[in-house]
Amino acid sequence: MNTMKRRTFLKGTLASGVIVAAAGAGLLRPSEVLASEYPAGAFGQKGLDETMKALFGTSDVTKSDKIKFINPPIQAENAAVVPITIETSLKADTIAIMVTKNPGTLAASLDLTSSSLGYFKTRIKMAGTSDVHAVVKSGGKLYSNDVVIKVTVGGCGG
Amino acid sequence: MSLSRREFLQMLAVASAAGFNLAGCARDANSGTGSSMYDFEAFGNVSLLHFTDCHAQLLPIYFREPNINIGIGGARGKAPHLVGEHLLKAFGIKPGTPEAHAFTYLDFVEASRKYGKVGGFAHLATLIKKVQGARPGRTLLLDSGDTWQGSATALWTRGKDMVGATNLLGVDVMTGHWEFTYKDSETISNIKDFKGEFVAQNVFVKDEAAFDYQFADFPGFNENTMRAFKPYTIKVVNGVRVAIIGQAFPYTPIANPKFNIPSWTFGIRDSEMQSVVDEIRAKEKPGAVVVISHNGMDVDLKMASRVSGVDAVLGGHTHDAVPGAIPVKNKGGTTLVINSGSNGKFLSVLDLDVKGGKVRDFRFKLVPVFANMLEPDPEMASYIEKVRAPYKPKLDEVLAVNEGVLYRRGNFNGTFDQLILDAMVEVRGADLAFSPGFRWGTSILPGDAITMDRVMDQTAITYPKSTVNEMTGEQIKIVLEDIADNLFNVDPYYQQGGDMVRVGELKYAINPNAKMGSRISNMELKGKPIDANKKYKVAGWASINEQPDELPDIWDVVAEYCRNKKTINIKEANVPVIKGLNNNPGVAKA
Repeated sequence: MNTMKRRTFLKGTLASGVIVAAAGAGLLRPSEVLASEYPAGAFGQKGLDETMKALFGTSDVTKSDKIKFINPPIQAENAAVVPITIETSLKADTIAIMVTKNPGTLAASLDLTSSSLGYFKTRIKMAGTSDVHAVVKSGGKLYSNDVVIKVTVGGCGG
Repeated sequence: MSLSRREFLQMLAVASAAGFNLAGCARDANSGTGSSMYDFEAFGNVSLLHFTDCHAQLLPIYFREPNINIGIGGARGKAPHLVGEHLLKAFGIKPGTPEAHAFTYLDFVEASRKYGKVGGFAHLATLIKKVQGARPGRTLLLDSGDTWQGSATALWTRGKDMVGATNLLGVDVMTGHWEFTYKDSETISNIKDFKGEFVAQNVFVKDEAAFDYQFADFPGFNENTMRAFKPYTIKVVNGVRVAIIGQAFPYTPIANPKFNIPSWTFGIRDSEMQSVVDEIRAKEKPGAVVVISHNGMDVDLKMASRVSGVDAVLGGHTHDAVPGAIPVKNKGGTTLVINSGSNGKFLSVLDLDVKGGKVRDFRFKLVPVFANMLEPDPEMASYIEKVRAPYKPKLDEVLAVNEGVLYRRGNFNGTFDQLILDAMVEVRGADLAFSPGFRWGTSILPGDAITMDRVMDQTAITYPKSTVNEMTGEQIKIVLEDIADNLFNVDPYYQQGGDMVRVGELKYAINPNAKMGSRISNMELKGKPIDANKKYKVAGWASINEQPDELPDIWDVVAEYCRNKKTINIKEANVPVIKGLNNNPGVAKA
């Protein structure tokens, strides 16, 4: 995998959908793909604390620089598909992405198997300029880090 | 009225005898004490010649520098946010000199008549040859972009006239911004025709475009890093290895249409910049590492404080003509930040003394290009004549006579914006109008003609449709707040480097120091407060979303208005009431 070119890998995965292809390649066991339940209640919540309570049962969270956003956009090129990449050296059970100013704060929640590394890349929709939080559940505790991503009408560049 | 070169030189001799320091921008004792501003002494063993944001101005033009260029937070009162006398004082430039005219708006009309037009590629070519002649075999010519856009001929040849002109000029390395406003295939084609190298460390192919990337065969594309263009190049100059890294305008797909460039993603990406610098330092044994940047000067200054190992950033985008190199401290040492103005008006000369793999000393001068003081280069002059010939009748059409002074540059409306706004309101039938805060666009003196050529200088873009939309008062405020934040956010990384949107008919007040959402107040239309719920007809142009073909182009709207009026006399631009600044040295009365 490490020696495979990123583009070649993407070609392979995009050919039939990331999850299916990854599962087919033995990266994920099919039972793990749908292992956890969809947290419908958490996705409907508004506000950071409420969302964390709905998802994790607590909003007691510690800020940690062991959670990193990898090259986050400072200003979004397209608010409908803002690329977010999170990496953590914590032993993560769950990585969640929360957008404070969105009508529904929770944008994504990923449960990891015990053999997974803490790396997660996705695209989120943003309603406007907001702080974006990565919340990691590790050893029963919550840790987070955040960035501000600006969403602008655009136009008018020099 | 224009002085002949001989008259001008005689006048300079008189001024010199009277004790004026004509080379007022020289900051060291070793250079610029001669009688001509073009005979300054060479220094060191490697020289970087740099221009930026010429906006395709092949012929000499007038260009008025701003009287409002506000710096807030840490940028207050520092270059580039100094105008008029504040700028002269900061850089030790004597008032009433050619340099004072080149760097400021002061006495713009009188000084323009006295010193004549500025820029022009044939004159720039002569200056470059002169500077190179004094530094034989040890120069590089660098261009920070916005070269293929800004004139009628650049638009109509899809940038090719400028590719030809920069090839003739001998540009070694460039990066870009408006270069990306043509279709991606046209941009790639222009880069292929460009004889120098095009570098950009911060343009990547998006994951979703990688599957069947249409420019996979383009030599600058790297399948491993997914960079769409070469991030840097190494040039050996006088035996010294010089690394030149490119930084394209980070917010191109936000400030300009993304539909032309769907495969590419940009961004400031200063951590990736650091990796590129580290890689060069580790592998390439460079004598000097420089960045050619289209960040805009405020972003350059911040980036220089965060990225270490760069000797100099030679930048553009915000069109700041800064007469000195600004040293910025970072954990690796000091990085010089240079911004070289716009419209072909200036050439930066950065002389470096490089020994033992290190830059030991430097001299810097931002040299104004006065067309009356430089003989046009014959080869370039004939090239320009040739590329303009097929379009000449259209370009030379006199649309109206101008009685005031027309200009654009400044944080708020210029008088040329006012003309465009008045034209939109009248021709398109709107309550109010918006015009983008572009920083390019030439100036016209009182009594001179408004030709189609000059109108195109203000409007020649690939997305020129003139629109009329209904907006509520609330939506109008949101737009103003949004754009004000792109200009006045206290963190440069959240700015975009344009000026404030220009407004027609609408009056408002602005507090640049306030927070996003509360900068704009007192919005009025014809003496009545704007109603948040009422709908208004708003004219505009340069929408970054695709527009129907049948809409008129903005230059035709302005041309029609000028033809009807025959005489244009704009006395004042509609500048908002500026609040809360307390003697900011970035503000002066027009």
